[in-house]
Amino acid sequence: MKRYSAFAIAREALRNHTGWDRAWRKAQPKNRYDVVIIGAGGHGLATAYYLGKNFGITNVAVLEKGWLGGGNTGRNTTIIRSNYLQDPSAAIYEKSRSLYETLSQDLNYNIMFSPRGVMMLAQTQHEVRGYLRTAHANALQGVKTEFIPPKRVKEICPIINLDGPRYPVLGALWQDRAGTARHDAVAWGYARACSDMGMDIIQKCEVTGIRQEGGTVKGVTTTKGDIDCEKLGIVVAGHSGVLADMAGFRLPIESVALQALVSEPIKPVMDCVVMANTVHGYMSQSDKGEMVIGGGADGYNNYTQRGSFHHVEETVRALVETFPMISRLKMLRWWGGIVDMTGDRSPILSKTPLENCFINCGWGTGGFKAIPGSGWGFAELMAKGHSPLTEEFALTRFREGKFIDESVAAGVAH
Amino acid sequence: MSTRLATGGRLTDRDIQVKFTFNGKHFRGFAGDTLASALLANDQMVMGRSFKYHRPRGPVASGAEEPNALVNLGKGVHHEPNQRATTTELFDGLAATSQNHWPSLEFDIGAINSQLSRFLPAGFYYKMFIHPRPLWKHVYEPFIRQSAGLGRAPHAETRDPDTYEHFYAFTDVLVVGGGVAGLQAAKAAALSGAKVLLIEQTAHWGGRAPVDGGEIDGMTPEAWVDQTLAELAAMDNVHLRTRCMGAGVYDHGYVLGYERLTDHAPAKDTPRHRLWRIRAKQVITATGAIERPLSFAGNDIPGVMLASAIRDYVVNYGVSLGDRTVVVTNNDDAYRTALLLKSVGLDVPAIIDARPEGGGDLMQEAIAQGIRVEKGRAIGKVKGSKRVTGVTLCSQAGEGGLLDEIACDAVAMSGGWSPVVHLWSHCGGKLTWDDEQAFFRPDLDKAPISHDGAPFVTCAGAANGHIHLSHTLQDADTAGQSAAQAAGFKPKKSQAPQATAQDEAPLVPIWLMPQGAGYGLRSKAWLDYQNDVKVSDVQLAAQEGFESVEHAKRYTTLGMATDQGKLSNINGLATLSHALGEDIPQVGTTTFRPPYTPISMGAIAGEARGEVFQPIRQTPMHDWHAENGAYWEPVGHWRRPYCFQQSGESVEQAVHREVMATRDSLGLLDASTLGKIIVKGPDAGRFLDMLYTNMMSTLKPGKCRYGLMSTENGFLTDDGVVARIDEDTWLCHTTTGGADRIHAHMEEWLQTEWWDWKVWTVNVTEQYAQIAVVGPNARKLLEKLGGMDVSADALPFMGWADGELGGFPCRVYRISFSGELSYEIAVPASLGRAFWDRLREDGAEWNATPYGTEALHIMRAEKGFIMIGDETDGTVIPQDLGLDWAISKKKDDYLGKRAQERSHMTDPDRWKLVGLETLDGSVLPDGAYAIASGKNANGQRNTQGRVTSTYHSPTLNKGIAMGLVLHGPDRMGEVIEFNTTAGGTVKAKIVSPIFYDPDGEKQNV
Repeated sequence: MKRYSAFAIAREALRNHTGWDRAWRKAQPKNRYDVVIIGAGGHGLATAYYLGKNFGITNVAVLEKGWLGGGNTGRNTTIIRSNYLQDPSAAIYEKSRSLYETLSQDLNYNIMFSPRGVMMLAQTQHEVRGYLRTAHANALQGVKTEFIPPKRVKEICPIINLDGPRYPVLGALWQDRAGTARHDAVAWGYARACSDMGMDIIQKCEVTGIRQEGGTVKGVTTTKGDIDCEKLGIVVAGHSGVLADMAGFRLPIESVALQALVSEPIKPVMDCVVMANTVHGYMSQSDKGEMVIGGGADGYNNYTQRGSFHHVEETVRALVETFPMISRLKMLRWWGGIVDMTGDRSPILSKTPLENCFINCGWGTGGFKAIPGSGWGFAELMAKGHSPLTEEFALTRFREGKFIDESVAAGVAH
Repeated sequence: MSTRLATGGRLTDRDIQVKFTFNGKHFRGFAGDTLASALLANDQMVMGRSFKYHRPRGPVASGAEEPNALVNLGKGVHHEPNQRATTTELFDGLAATSQNHWPSLEFDIGAINSQLSRFLPAGFYYKMFIHPRPLWKHVYEPFIRQSAGLGRAPHAETRDPDTYEHFYAFTDVLVVGGGVAGLQAAKAAALSGAKVLLIEQTAHWGGRAPVDGGEIDGMTPEAWVDQTLAELAAMDNVHLRTRCMGAGVYDHGYVLGYERLTDHAPAKDTPRHRLWRIRAKQVITATGAIERPLSFAGNDIPGVMLASAIRDYVVNYGVSLGDRTVVVTNNDDAYRTALLLKSVGLDVPAIIDARPEGGGDLMQEAIAQGIRVEKGRAIGKVKGSKRVTGVTLCSQAGEGGLLDEIACDAVAMSGGWSPVVHLWSHCGGKLTWDDEQAFFRPDLDKAPISHDGAPFVTCAGAANGHIHLSHTLQDADTAGQSAAQAAGFKPKKSQAPQATAQDEAPLVPIWLMPQGAGYGLRSKAWLDYQNDVKVSDVQLAAQEGFESVEHAKRYTTLGMATDQGKLSNINGLATLSHALGEDIPQVGTTTFRPPYTPISMGAIAGEARGEVFQPIRQTPMHDWHAENGAYWEPVGHWRRPYCFQQSGESVEQAVHREVMATRDSLGLLDASTLGKIIVKGPDAGRFLDMLYTNMMSTLKPGKCRYGLMSTENGFLTDDGVVARIDEDTWLCHTTTGGADRIHAHMEEWLQTEWWDWKVWTVNVTEQYAQIAVVGPNARKLLEKLGGMDVSADALPFMGWADGELGGFPCRVYRISFSGELSYEIAVPASLGRAFWDRLREDGAEWNATPYGTEALHIMRAEKGFIMIGDETDGTVIPQDLGLDWAISKKKDDYLGKRAQERSHMTDPDRWKLVGLETLDGSVLPDGAYAIASGKNANGQRNTQGRVTSTYHSPTLNKGIAMGLVLHGPDRMGEVIEFNTTAGGTVKAKIVSPIFYDPDGEKQNV
């Protein structure tokens, strides 16, 4: 693999960029792999990457129905934070955030991690107490956050309207090492690194069946033929239930549409991420200058990757109230993705009733920020059979009632 | 130079001059001009700079598809970035400035990027700025961000002075697009009697036809448009709207329209934009087609424009782009531009036709006019920098070898047309590739499907791939009739208008000019003008394996600019498919997403701003609160007084005073926001037994019971007092925030699980005003009012009675959430304020003190009562809170029972409710955690509990808290450590959660 650098670009510029290789090899499936991962989104690719990097398992195929990174990895609002309340959540999201910090160097691919800080506004007394609690929890979890007063909020983000008549800003939970990254680049960077380790990333390869023998997984049936494997990882947000069905078990998951929007690009005006959960909206500004906006998920289950207008309306209304200056900006594009929702809104990283078949799903509206940590933990689970990062996220928790409920801290938004 | 022609301009009124400024310079245009046409008329060709390379750019189009001519419009609070000059109607006093340059439009430092473009290919930023790491955050990224972005951001403190509104419309047939196809489709549909709404994004009807010429039913297209419009206007079932764009199509015939009411006349005292929320049984998209640029080197230099746009400027505005215009084309339509220019006396040095055989009748006409036609030729490159100075001629089949140089100051290009399929595609309509015409058109067999499985969108005219005028009208007529039929009407048989226009020879798809262009030319052949994506960039993407059209788009940013690729997408994906050696349909398109062109955030938000951002729910006493120092706290859509501040008082002082006055004598609380749901019917008792953990069916009429509700997962979700009114009626009180949620929860179970139970529920929260009369003197006040017996014997604790107090009909509940002698009194909402006033006046002798939510919270905490949302957070079960007494052991089932029996729920190590006191009387921090020794496997500190509520108790004059602690109830008196906000720790003793009157002596008097 050619290393990327300013020098490499200069060298290529002199020969009209004819020397750049494919970012990842085009691969045809072999008959057998040690590990097959279904789903070449961020989580699937990161899993493959850490299987290779941390455990030396490189006889790996990542199968993708469409184009890699084309699901929620390429549709989200790119927020990265770890200010979660419950210990298991804080552990995996903080692991993820810290991996993001050095991911560009690790992958030799600039994923543009931008630790510009994330603030979650408190606009009711209830929220103030909730965020104070999160700040106390974070302090013991090794996650650096603080509750800041309105004056600091305004200093960090001058375009905020502190004194909205309905929901004045009473303070905010601030994580200065949180931020954003370039979502596509995360998938591409991992794909390139996986390919470089000899793994096969096979696009346009849909899994149509999961083969098993005596309760143990044997392989998958795909549109490109049968592929055998020792271990199978299902990492297919949005369609997890469909794949679980092929493997013969059921998941406590519902699939709903989540929408996001961007404005036309303007010159820099907002240097942090702001989430306003009481009014249901969050916003940041991309490096291109667009205001990137998200809100709540649609209230009904479906698989179409588009949403209804009323959620867009609710979100924009909330943000015009929070940032009045955006009223005269124009909305450029809105789109939708399908997210897995579990009963406790926390993910599932788990063994399954089918031996040697593992599942990573249920990230709901907040999966992007978790990609490196999820891949790290899931790879460990697949390689060793257990991982402290994923232990609490097992499927069995729904039977035991051992939920990891973030509703008090996370509100609607991620 | 670009200039105003001596005559012409069908849309302008030369009698009315309009003054405006651009970059501070004063200009004049005519009424009816767009900003672009007026600037061109003044020879202001360069209007902006491109995004990445800061290249000087003039308009390349004349309408919504324009990627280049974007300006900052308006000053101060009226400032609006990224306005398209081509769709901005000129008005007197308009002030525009150009964007994305420093220090000036003419001289822009950022243009160095253009010189360095060789080093800045697609995706360059993924490959560099990696080392050293800190530089990315502090140097590279800020620099990239500053050089990106387009228009200037509005000032941080801007409050939009304009208003916006939403408009709800219902129609049988919605026609989007007021060109000849839309007009004919609307007419055909309307003749059936169907209600028709026809919307057009510009200020003018007729679309391209009046510019492009031809004949309809023996008339000029313009005359036909006027006549048809008059017919439509005369029909009662037809509504016409201009300046109203179809923005998005959603499921089940839901369509967004975006009407710009005052953008062209800012002085008008009406909303600026109106968002139409349209429900249509059938939608016809008659959105026309957009001409495609050709990809040749220098095709972005100001002066290169779509051939059709050049016609628009001449015919509509009487403006010429240049004196000498070279036409370059792969089809016959562009010949119309040449002929038009010739007819108004302008020079056309050559028509460069890439087709080896050239064109048909139109070409013959051009030759007859003496225009030089070069067949099988291409533009090698355009010469000039801020303005076209000439083109080089080469063979299309070759690599660009120079055949000739032609001096000119404008280039008209045409690469064919693409139907506007956006609205068709928004809701799932599929496309098919038309090989003959080289464009995607709607696949009518795969239309967007409505709730009944039937298609609800159809296309008409050019939007449906019928570019030629005669076919356009026939198709539109059919579309109008079939939409009317699908909407349930019987279309009238009528003759579609007969149109004629000159025949055209087939086009030949040309995706790169010349065919064998080398890197030097390809890296100067623009696909996406605004984002600076060139042919070489898309080819690089393909080379690097970004083969999916979505990958190529995201890697190169093709089609991601404010025009969303209206000009670039098809050329880009043709380039990609060529690079991959695949057919265009195999590569496919990116997804078309709403809105069609960007719409203002203000319009989306509508009227919901400021005070009316959300509905405010008000109790009957709301105004009194507002007039008496209420310090508000939002609770759901309510505003409740947190406390009532008297003059000079801090919030803390006010709360302290309210608590003490209530404990000492008499307090009044507006409790009207508490949810009140009537549950009635023969099965109401067993329904409530399922809903609550307690037994409610055995409650006697006249009695109250405190009840708990759990979710299916066992978690405590709401609490409140239930009163049995009569044999089959119960009244359930919920928390303020829970009323609507719990009512919905009840209905969900009744409608989905127990649909055969005879139970009715009604949310009567707002039908009653409810006031808590609290304190040792509460009974005295009620006795003073008189009218009913409120003695302990007649109305014992946890009883209720209907009666009259001081002449007010009321229902009195003898319950307490403060530990004091307390009555909650409900009166009809209409009497609430009068009753409140009466209680205050008659209670004056006992210093009756209205109190707010914080005093309420403190008093309940002093008494050890839990609060939903404080002691509970969605993870707490009633058993955690020592509420086992409220869980019936006699019932077979209730919601949450099975869940509460799961292993984790019965784990003896669950944290349980206790009271907490610091050793020095200080207040424990809100949300602090109790620290245990050691760390867990993930390196996190172990914990053994947390604070759930913490207050300074005015009554006890010390800090009190409640919390959940591991084995807490078994550890009374033990001292444990909590973390503090500052990073330290504080010790606290585990005590009983009941701090005040543990024996209930004050409550049960």
